[in-house]
Amino acid sequence: MANRLIVEMGLPKSIANIFAARNIKTAKDALSLTEFELMELLDVGLADVISAVAYISEMVCPPCETALLLLEQRLQNEQLAGHLPTRLIGLDKVLCGGIPFGVLTELVGPAGIGKTQFCLKLALLASLPQSYGGLDGRVIYIDVESKFSSRRIIEIGSKSFPDVFCREGVAQEMAGRIVVLRPSSLSDFTESLQQIKVSLIQHQVKLLIVDSMAALVSGEYKQDTPGQHLLGWHISFMKSMAEFSRIPVIVTNQVRSQIRDEVGRFSFQEQHRAEIAKDLTRFDSHLVAALGIHWAHAVSIRLVLEAISGLIGSKMLRALDLISRRFIKIAKSPLSPPLQFPFEINSSGISLLDDDGVEVLGPKIHAIHCQELQLLLPWKGDHWDPIQGIQEQVELLHRQPSLKTGPPFWRLQWLSPFHYLTHDYNGVYKIFKKIQIVFK
Amino acid sequence: MEVMRLPISVSQRKKLVSAGYTSLSALSSASPSDLARDLEISEVAAHEILKVASHGSRLDKSDGNKAILTGAQNAWDMYKEDLHTRITTSCTDLDNILGGGISCKEVTEIGGVPGIGKTQLGIQLAVNVQIPVQYGGLEGKAVYIDTEGSFMVERALQIAEGCVEDMMENNNIRPRDLQVIQDKLQPKSLLANIFYFRICSYTEQIGVVNYLEKFVSEHKDVKIVVIDSITFHFRQDFEDLALRTRVLGGIALKLMKLAHNFNLAVVLLNQVTTKYAEGSYQLTLALGDTWAHASTNRVILYWNGNERYAYIDKSPSLPSASAPYSVTVKGIRNSASNCKRIKLM
Repeated sequence: MANRLIVEMGLPKSIANIFAARNIKTAKDALSLTEFELMELLDVGLADVISAVAYISEMVCPPCETALLLLEQRLQNEQLAGHLPTRLIGLDKVLCGGIPFGVLTELVGPAGIGKTQFCLKLALLASLPQSYGGLDGRVIYIDVESKFSSRRIIEIGSKSFPDVFCREGVAQEMAGRIVVLRPSSLSDFTESLQQIKVSLIQHQVKLLIVDSMAALVSGEYKQDTPGQHLLGWHISFMKSMAEFSRIPVIVTNQVRSQIRDEVGRFSFQEQHRAEIAKDLTRFDSHLVAALGIHWAHAVSIRLVLEAISGLIGSKMLRALDLISRRFIKIAKSPLSPPLQFPFEINSSGISLLDDDGVEVLGPKIHAIHCQELQLLLPWKGDHWDPIQGIQEQVELLHRQPSLKTGPPFWRLQWLSPFHYLTHDYNGVYKIFKKIQIVFK
Repeated sequence: MEVMRLPISVSQRKKLVSAGYTSLSALSSASPSDLARDLEISEVAAHEILKVASHGSRLDKSDGNKAILTGAQNAWDMYKEDLHTRITTSCTDLDNILGGGISCKEVTEIGGVPGIGKTQLGIQLAVNVQIPVQYGGLEGKAVYIDTEGSFMVERALQIAEGCVEDMMENNNIRPRDLQVIQDKLQPKSLLANIFYFRICSYTEQIGVVNYLEKFVSEHKDVKIVVIDSITFHFRQDFEDLALRTRVLGGIALKLMKLAHNFNLAVVLLNQVTTKYAEGSYQLTLALGDTWAHASTNRVILYWNGNERYAYIDKSPSLPSASAPYSVTVKGIRNSASNCKRIKLM
């Protein structure tokens, strides 16, 4: 409504003409100026300006609804009460039914963790007929990274819904509903978005996926202009698109390594610098989402996918073993508690290993771990003592009550320059093997 | 020249100056008909100018024994009023550092990193403002202006249910009153008292702020206005930063006036951004340094270890302090691990 013409609003003719004569045509033009500026420009008394501005404001202002009305409309008008079920039972339960309509849901995680797999699964779910719990609509899949695989989507379909896909022609119909776009640049993407807005309602589109947002700006990234600002327009456009056509929008985001002095703190927290140095969590996450804090404000739900490797020990501490697990974490959500679920990627797509989530305390829910080994070994003078270090840590961790309810693993970290060596997977694995022998 | 400051049109000002009226005292001695003749305008217009001029120069005559200046209020009355116009956050520690809750008649800005609970706090306040007088509330209504689309009505229902549940548990009310209150306090009727505006551009945002004055005068029982968030559209769509600052300044002034005139609380939620200072990147609230003056109180929400904390960054009446809080299924509540650990900084 911002671009409504003042002439058509029904202001008294005399004043409407003055606005027109000074080339103030739309509500946007008028309201971008302060009342005194308008007075100067229009050469009219302040009282008249104030009443005209009040009138224009009222015309521009969207209608008021009560929250109750909103709730009732949602319950009445929308299938599945406004959520797209992910079929991951635990996740659906805490997200109150699945991926909500009308907002942006973000998947963020390191390369190869399973973001695209999750997207493919969701695309398939949205295209399924309603009798099978789908949304029975088209899906627009914006594939920026060229990772979409039609073969894979049919595989996921026939493995997860054998009863639907065994019938003839179903695979063709389902896959036919998924429309894949491959924009080559940001401006390409901008153009497609504008087209999509028009066709969303005409063509029964029930889901929009962008895989990934970060790849769109990575090519156009300049050192001094943060990439996220390039997306300012897209952020608000996609948000309003999601909201007004009431569809779920899934976007994925890449990760990058954290820069050293990039501390997520306010200036008043600085006096704790000494504490920060000791703070283990400072070394905890080396990966952050590629699109920064500005973008993070825009998404309503953020799901972090990560992989953690670590030592696993039996209760008697006789053996230590190396494990690697993938987790999906609800890092931001207005509705759900901060839980994490272990998951795996298999032939039928993505599935949870455990439907009861484990609560993650504090900002750790935002941390993104890659498949890297982390050892927590005390650094003593100029040599280190792995065996004693691990023993101490293991004992310490087992005494913590939270660990009993937590997943049966822990992460070990270096507290030394060796920290960086942990990226050397094989080297560390050898150390682990040695430790295992000692424990036996 | 004093007449240059009068809020009248430019052509009339020019006429005043060219006719030799440059000071307010010159105008105060002129009659409408004199002025009309000197300026060659109608008597009605001349009368208007004189009215504006006398308004500008007036040192108001005392208004009985009530106040020395019209529109003024003595400190004692303000103190008495202040005690009864706080909206609880449902977290005792947070209320304590805020001096009892979010204050009416003031603009409070709340900022923090994504996912810290800004929207949660906004919804909580929109629900809590409706707590009946018997329970120490204001029994008002709320206006929720959503610029981001982050208001989730399902969550509002959860918080409303949590609020009602807690009230039923914590208070001893005579059984006969209980029935009345229970009828009034259905979670759904709490939702019916939240007026929701969905704003999709900065023009609409300016529009709604201008319109609020009329809306609130029609709905006198509105006691809180939450804007979630003040930042969103201004951060994306503005190229001219000087204009942005001016427009935001205008919005801030109007909101302050609104808060004062209708005795209601204005809560602005703000996003954070990174700023390069003293050799490292720091977090700071968005919209720049000029905007930092716009609100009366400023509260920053942040992570401290594993807990959420609120910090009073700026307030004319409160010491800067921080307190933990937590976000639960029922809404904002006391931090689970510690009930008494307010840190004075």
